[in-house]
Amino acid sequence: MSFGRMHRKEDARFIRGRGNYVDDVRLPGMLHGAILRSPHAHARILSIDTSAAEAHPKVRAVITGQTLAGLNLAWMPTLSNDVQAVLATDKVRFQGQEVAFVVAEDAYSARDALELIEVDYEPLDAVVDARRALDEDSPVIRDDLEGRTSNRIFDWEAGDRERTDAIFAGAEVTINQDMIYPRVHPAPLETCGAVADFDKVTGKLTVWCPTQAPHAHRTLYALVAGLPEHKIRVISPDIGGGFGGKVGIYPGYVCAIVGSIVTGRPVKWMEDRSENLMATAFARDYHMSGEVAATRDGVIQAIRVKVLADHGAFNGTAQPTKFPAGFFHVFTGSYDLQAAHCEVTGVYTNKAPGGVAYACSFRVTEAVYLVERLIDVLAAELGLDPAELRLRNLLKPDQFPYTSPTGWEYDSGDYIKTMRMAMDIAGYDKLRAEQADKRARGELMGIGISFFTEAVGAGPRKHMDILGLGMADGAELRVHPTGKAVLRVSCQSQGQGHETTFAQIVGHELGIPADDVEVVHGDTDQTPFGLGTYGSRSTPVSGAATAIVARKVRERARLVAAAMLECSPDDLDWQIDESAEGRAGSWAVRGDPASRKSMQEIALAAHSALELPDGVEGHLDAVTVYNPPNLTYPFGAYICVVDVDPGTGQVKVRRFVAVDDCGVRINPMIVEGQIHGGLADGVGMALMQVMAFDEEGNHLGASFMDYLLPTSMECPSWELGETVTPSPHHPLGAKGVGESATVGSPPAVVNAVVDALAPYGIRHADMPLTPANVWRVIQGDPFRTDLAIP
Amino acid sequence: MQVPAQFEYARAQSVSHALSLLDRYGPEARVVAGGHSLIPMMKLRLAQPEALIDINDLSELSRIEVEGGELVIGALVRHAELLASAPATGLFPIFQDAERVIADPIVRNRGTVGGSLCQGDPSEDLSAVFAALRATAIIEGGDGRRSVPIRDFHEGPYETAVQAGELLIELRVPATPGTGSAYVKVERRVGDWAVAAAGAVLSVAGGVIERAGIGLTAVGAEHFCAPEAEEYLTGREPGEEAFAEAGRIAAEHCSPQPDQRGPADYKRHLAAELTARALRTAMERI
Repeated sequence: MSFGRMHRKEDARFIRGRGNYVDDVRLPGMLHGAILRSPHAHARILSIDTSAAEAHPKVRAVITGQTLAGLNLAWMPTLSNDVQAVLATDKVRFQGQEVAFVVAEDAYSARDALELIEVDYEPLDAVVDARRALDEDSPVIRDDLEGRTSNRIFDWEAGDRERTDAIFAGAEVTINQDMIYPRVHPAPLETCGAVADFDKVTGKLTVWCPTQAPHAHRTLYALVAGLPEHKIRVISPDIGGGFGGKVGIYPGYVCAIVGSIVTGRPVKWMEDRSENLMATAFARDYHMSGEVAATRDGVIQAIRVKVLADHGAFNGTAQPTKFPAGFFHVFTGSYDLQAAHCEVTGVYTNKAPGGVAYACSFRVTEAVYLVERLIDVLAAELGLDPAELRLRNLLKPDQFPYTSPTGWEYDSGDYIKTMRMAMDIAGYDKLRAEQADKRARGELMGIGISFFTEAVGAGPRKHMDILGLGMADGAELRVHPTGKAVLRVSCQSQGQGHETTFAQIVGHELGIPADDVEVVHGDTDQTPFGLGTYGSRSTPVSGAATAIVARKVRERARLVAAAMLECSPDDLDWQIDESAEGRAGSWAVRGDPASRKSMQEIALAAHSALELPDGVEGHLDAVTVYNPPNLTYPFGAYICVVDVDPGTGQVKVRRFVAVDDCGVRINPMIVEGQIHGGLADGVGMALMQVMAFDEEGNHLGASFMDYLLPTSMECPSWELGETVTPSPHHPLGAKGVGESATVGSPPAVVNAVVDALAPYGIRHADMPLTPANVWRVIQGDPFRTDLAIP
Repeated sequence: MQVPAQFEYARAQSVSHALSLLDRYGPEARVVAGGHSLIPMMKLRLAQPEALIDINDLSELSRIEVEGGELVIGALVRHAELLASAPATGLFPIFQDAERVIADPIVRNRGTVGGSLCQGDPSEDLSAVFAALRATAIIEGGDGRRSVPIRDFHEGPYETAVQAGELLIELRVPATPGTGSAYVKVERRVGDWAVAAAGAVLSVAGGVIERAGIGLTAVGAEHFCAPEAEEYLTGREPGEEAFAEAGRIAAEHCSPQPDQRGPADYKRHLAAELTARALRTAMERI
């Protein structure tokens, strides 16, 4: 079996504590950096006095915005074509913003010296509530941008407004619901950091940094710092979780680079937990208002949405240039609608920039939450079972490929089958009967469903780029003389198991054991260009590139085999022998299967004295670039069962059924691991996670005491199922799965809790459903979950 | 990376050695045992003690014993040890209820009973437990040992009766047989600080409540207890109605502060709800 369960090759080093993370990088003569951050959310900088810090005996450099301005580096471009301050020069615009950088002989001295820097601030009113950002009297945060007179970043729309409005005007039933998808954080256990080493003699800059997109980083450093791109090497070592938060370039990385250039020594900067939570990329922060038009018998006709998107102080969302709201307009979900329309307004607030991180596949998370909540509100309005309402409206298999009302082309799906499987595993009818019994006794039990369709694997370069870089990815494959192979890919694992999955793909295509394939990634000097790992794109894009480059090698092997067997390449058939030892591939003479050459034999011959025909190169290698023809559309049906304590508001997730269809699964164990992690993420967001801010813009979730990660105690034993609907355009039929569970699970949990509270006439409650929130919802007096609790 | 400011460090060999070290380093020195409150605060630089006196070698402070009609719990007893102690949890299941929900196993393996009490965090669970049990704290200083009723021990948030140069030695609880006890906590996630919690200790004689102890966590109850509710219960027949009313009285006398764990009205509601629940369970355990 080349595809199938296989232990992760990388785990041998991880479970022995032999991983190599950026903080493990120690270079001779290395200095340590620390960042002074703003205590204010919004304040003018009147003066910065660094003299006492500079006088500290172990301090080697103190860098401020003024220093950087002299190098034209005080500002850097964001991933959304805005600019972001590296170190603030004029104002600070969020609490935790970078103000100065100290380089010292050790981390303790660097941190000590921060306390010696005196900054004189003039505090300004902060814009905390996105809903107030566009008020006439709201302070203008981005007065650095010429001509900017408000906090509006963009207005963007998708779909057909007129058609949608017409359907609403004539609809038998309409519902509407406001909801917040609160600001959350990816919170990887490894925080961000960098080691920068600028060699003055060679002019070469090497940056170790846990980036999900090493090649994009290299190009951006070249563009921003004016360093020649061939003199920049970005090494992304083992990464302790990314979830989208390690896509962008953070000011600390630039500071470490400048620190190394200024001091002539390597500089390490590692942020701490609070810095990570306060200043690196957040996720969500969408204030959504959705409406559904339907017939009385439950046929959904149209959806209309308005969104206020809080982007923080700098517009730093990592999404394709054409789509300022990412792929949010996939909000029509899995349903057969006649029309849809959305309007999204992006605003600046005095909060950290970022905006798509945390496993959201470019705002699909928000879109799925919106539509799956709306469906439940409609079900309550119509008095229909939410499963039945979904079954009536899910797209049918014969509708694929399906063009959605907002312009997406769903590649493949068999939704009803997946939905039925989830209901069967859950024992849906029995659960409803149990719920009825419990309700009669005054106990609160809820059953929540979510059916999601994701758009992942970005993407076709003609539609999708980030800062002008097309979203295609390269792969290189070399087979050595003894038949062992090295694959080089542009994406970078943050724990997804690429070294295993991609080795399995090569093994599958070449008919050699996956153990004979080494996967090299995360080093720009060693790997081909590509945009990296996020938005569930590794298997859809780099996985496809891997399959194609392996097929190219296989075809080259055919030419060599023909020379060995003294026949025409056209007379050879590719033959696979499955055995207990694994999968063995060979080129065999058609009609004479005994005359054959294994991949190992061919590899040796390709590097030997064998005479090859004219035009046939020796050796066995190939390169490719994969430009996906379309996105892939994984989907799934999730059912969550909760019990709610009415006296305390506590929610217990009792069961969670997840049936995922991500197309062909290369390593089902890794896929299930990804789903487990995403489901836990979803429980966390639904029940306990939010980064709220008080009126002054103080961050109220800047430690793991305040920003809660779910543990196994909050998670039930996940009940998984799978259906397989291959992607018709992916060479392996795979669709990507990294974010599916994070996207699909929050609405299932929230729908379950709201269902439990139905006896109180409740139709909605915002995340996170903490005990206090649930209790207040029961009292009919909910509070804003994204602000300080009054 | 979070790194603390510079500090001196000394390891005490005995109680008297610890006291002399405290004397030598002065009021800016802090005692460290498990370190699970102090060290994070130092790494965040919210605390910058000039010296740490490490008392982890003082095995004389690690005992859990019944002695002269009292359960003695040393200040250096780890949470995990109290949780696993048959003498302690057998007498007072409230210890088991509370210790099970204090932080996580890793913290419980290292964090100490004395450290928890001396930190004086208003959300700390054992303060309410010992308040409900009417324990006595034994404190030693240059002038010898003194006893402080636990309900006088906490003088305010992060302030205790332990003065500079003194060390908490142990807690003593009257080992009254025939009591029932329980602790109930609402947390946002396992291991989180309490949104609110309540502990109850009951003894019944002749069909009426002879003595009631109620401890409250994180709801702004003075000295972590609810004397008005205790008084209401004394001499009254135990039952749902009495427990609910005791909860109502306890809630009335606390002054919870809103924070991201919940608004004040919710915490006040929990004070009532959890007091009643703790009383109910305590009653069942008699």
